[in-house]
Amino acid sequence: MLLVFGLPVPLEAQTITLGATTTTENSGLLGEILPQFAVATGLNVQVVVQGSGAILKLGETGDLDLLLVHDRIGEDRFMEAGWGELRRDVMASRFVIVGSAEDPARIRGLGDPVSALRQIAETGNFFISRGDESGTHAAELRLWEGAGLAPQIDQPSWYRQSGAGMGATLNIVAGLGAYALTDIATWLGFGNRAGLEIMVGGTDPRLAEPGLANPYGIILVNSVRHPHLDTDAARRFIDWLTGPEGRAAIAGFVVSGEHPFVPTGGGE
Amino acid sequence: MGFLESLSEAAGLIAGFDRDLAEIIVLSLTVNLTAVACACLIGLPLGGAVALYRFPGRQFVTIAIDAFMGLPPVVVGLVVFILLSRSGPLGVLGLLFTPTAMIIAQTILVTPIVAALTRQIIADLWLEYGEHLRSLKAGTMQSVMTLLWDARFSLITVALAGFGRASAEVGAVMIVGGNIDHATRLMTTSIALETSKGNLALALGLGIVLLSITMSINALAYFMRARAGHMAAFA
Repeated sequence: MLLVFGLPVPLEAQTITLGATTTTENSGLLGEILPQFAVATGLNVQVVVQGSGAILKLGETGDLDLLLVHDRIGEDRFMEAGWGELRRDVMASRFVIVGSAEDPARIRGLGDPVSALRQIAETGNFFISRGDESGTHAAELRLWEGAGLAPQIDQPSWYRQSGAGMGATLNIVAGLGAYALTDIATWLGFGNRAGLEIMVGGTDPRLAEPGLANPYGIILVNSVRHPHLDTDAARRFIDWLTGPEGRAAIAGFVVSGEHPFVPTGGGE
Repeated sequence: MGFLESLSEAAGLIAGFDRDLAEIIVLSLTVNLTAVACACLIGLPLGGAVALYRFPGRQFVTIAIDAFMGLPPVVVGLVVFILLSRSGPLGVLGLLFTPTAMIIAQTILVTPIVAALTRQIIADLWLEYGEHLRSLKAGTMQSVMTLLWDARFSLITVALAGFGRASAEVGAVMIVGGNIDHATRLMTTSIALETSKGNLALALGLGIVLLSITMSINALAYFMRARAGHMAAFA
């Protein structure tokens, strides 16, 4: 129900509200695939962009129909608690560690992200964390755990939390000549690299090193918990996104000449 | 990124004038102006009444209204968000992530500015004309109405101050609107989004467009006031 004073708002009942991570929006993926879905089905998808943690909370409160997120542990917890009706794999992407071209911590070309982080900690160069409970933040914390470190608790002077989205964080990283973990899609589409380069990892999601894999899932919010939700339209979106057309749209998405996403959906 | 590059981005945005930009500008103006209109409907009589009526706790109300001029947009956004969320007390209305939610948040932000400035203007006028109004045996309500009408040109400036607050803020509309493309994306939230994508020239270009719109609206108000003032002087 949209009670508005004659404002230019799409008033058709068939509007789906999708919560999506900043990475899928900032990279331009949604801007490319949602119009294709609209043409195929006549359904309109409205996108609210936040980190995965915030998106999952908006699912709990019933403010979103669908959640496109990348925090597998958080997703499983959400499903176990009964907030979701259905979860499917959508696509795989990957993370990379970026830093200033001077590379003061000498991590360029390291094959293992965990040893790279350890080296950054030892040399005490700035590392900017998202610090916002996003999927990327969760992945970063898992890497620190693998390194046997907990800078988010110890708060050393070289570890800073931006509390912002991926792009906003990269602006800070560029400004400070620091290091950061970023998803490859946002990195490829990012316009203000200012001397930053990829230090660890490559652009192909299929070749992600352990710890740098970045799988995305889509969740249908439970309409038993939230009876106002229109799950028919939302289900059609999931079917489309994980079906042949959606998979082709994801596989065909190109940023800076690279394919940052590989479709993984399709299985029931 | 140079400043010149942003200027040319802004010029390109205005010259190219694509439909998306037009939509964002129209929605921004609709939300901001509706919020200011609602704030004036509440704030003008409220400010006038607090200026002239004598009641217990009047000082406290005056201080509270003055203080609320400094309401942080993010806090207002958060409170409106919690109220309008499906799990909140007003969740059944389904207003979260709609333009109406943004209008509600901005009305809350702008009303104290309108009320506080109106109260001051009417209180000052009362010092000047109070005795005269009393000698005409005007009631308090009638006095409020008369003084509001007399102060109408000053009150346009009050409305413009409110518009300035509404058109410049991003914290509240970002939270309650969700910055949804083609639905709740405004000028300020677009600028925040483009900045987060690292498109700094485009973001600054949008900023320059926003500033030009604010400037045009203030110019329009200035000339309307000047013309009306001129006519009034020779009436």
